[in-house]
Amino acid sequence: MARQRLRGGRRTAARPSLPDGERGTGFGRRQRSGSSRVVAGLMVAASVAVITVDAAGGEASPVDPVRHAVGTVVGPVETGSATAARPLREALAYFSSNRSLREEVATLSAQNSRLRTQAEQVPLDRNRLAELDGLTRTANRTGRALVAARVVGMGPMQSFSRTVTIDAGTSSGVGRDMTVLNNDGLVGRVISATASTATVLLVVDTESVVGGRLGSNLEIGFLRGRGVTADRGRLDLDLVDNAASPAQGDTVVTWGSQNGRPYVAGIPIGTVESVYSTPRELAKRAVIDPYVDFTSLDVVGVVVDEDTDGDRIVVNGRGQ
Amino acid sequence: MSGLYRTLVLALVVVLAVVAQVAVLPVVAVNGVVPNLALLVVVAAALVRGPEVGVAVGFAAGLLLDLAPPAEHVAGRWALAFVLAAILAGRVRDDARDSPLAALATVGACSFVATSVFALSGQVLGDHAVPVGQMIGVVFLALLWDVVVAPLVLPVLMRLLTRSPARELAV
Repeated sequence: MARQRLRGGRRTAARPSLPDGERGTGFGRRQRSGSSRVVAGLMVAASVAVITVDAAGGEASPVDPVRHAVGTVVGPVETGSATAARPLREALAYFSSNRSLREEVATLSAQNSRLRTQAEQVPLDRNRLAELDGLTRTANRTGRALVAARVVGMGPMQSFSRTVTIDAGTSSGVGRDMTVLNNDGLVGRVISATASTATVLLVVDTESVVGGRLGSNLEIGFLRGRGVTADRGRLDLDLVDNAASPAQGDTVVTWGSQNGRPYVAGIPIGTVESVYSTPRELAKRAVIDPYVDFTSLDVVGVVVDEDTDGDRIVVNGRGQ
Repeated sequence: MSGLYRTLVLALVVVLAVVAQVAVLPVVAVNGVVPNLALLVVVAAALVRGPEVGVAVGFAAGLLLDLAPPAEHVAGRWALAFVLAAILAGRVRDDARDSPLAALATVGACSFVATSVFALSGQVLGDHAVPVGQMIGVVFLALLWDVVVAPLVLPVLMRLLTRSPARELAV
């Protein structure tokens, strides 16, 4: 009552005597509050219904076809917007780079020498692994073919999921459960694909679990994301063998899944940053610093079958 | 005719906001948090057009954010968050419409409510549940972003969504 009187006194001059219920004015508020409450209730109920349907559906959720349809329409729009915004990104990168360039040079030169020693060891390890692979699992493919793609959309951190959209889809041979990597190492896996885009779950997402193998003693474990892609994007490694102890600075590579899906073997993931154990648990846990910088993802490669025939060039290890 | 036109404008603004949020704004992301443009559209709609249009826009924008490509969380979570934010904005509409400061406060409150509701629904469903400390950090960073961006975007949105004066005179 008091409010209405106040409002009346304040606004009557500006908005003279419109009849109650007239849309677009504040006067009908009392009359319309009933119906607005109904609409609000309806929308809350609808949201909860969608959540229930999707959460209960699990793998075969009825929402998935809708999601796919929206992706088919919105995906190309995102691709276009990202392409249009690329000069902006590069301009901003230019300005921000000056500031951070100095420390980056220092970090990179340190990293470079470390990586060089690592790279020198890789061919040996890889040859040994290839031999073993050939002996034990002849069916397993050792060659890799990649389809290159660019990141065109990144989910906001407000959504707490670390997923990105890439501009290659089923028309390029990209499909569900394929490994995604870049020059630095493992990025994630494809969780859904439309004709022209695909969604990638980054390894730093809290829902992501990757089988990892320690470079030094070949112990296997599971890497879980912490959901952060800032400078502190880290993974937690739980080793299967309680007695094994990861060493600081040790390299972690993917362990590999059957037929290379969702993860092919031998992709570098990161280095062991620190090792800790709690009295509650027997196993030691390690914190892994991933090689990939998830804040500046751009060009990535999707591991596809070697005989993939799509609308993009398939890069395989033997030069086209 | 006018109604259809306004609905189309609203739909276009919602789609543009969602696309810009995932495809363009990551350029300025701080720790992955970007300004929540879709939320600003919802708040603007609730302030200019009233609670009924506000909650409908909130539901639509939220659902689009839930379904548009990089999203893979349980659908409907952003829809619920935005509907609740729109109800809040609709309630304070009379005070917030005419005062820029009150509108800014509304944006802040809606941002806090929407991001918190989204985060809590994730905890309840066990969908991308993150540690609470990290959650709080993201909620406040998002709040800060939205309040910083609101003075630039909200007046434009409110003018765009409101009935144009010329049209009003003509009717």
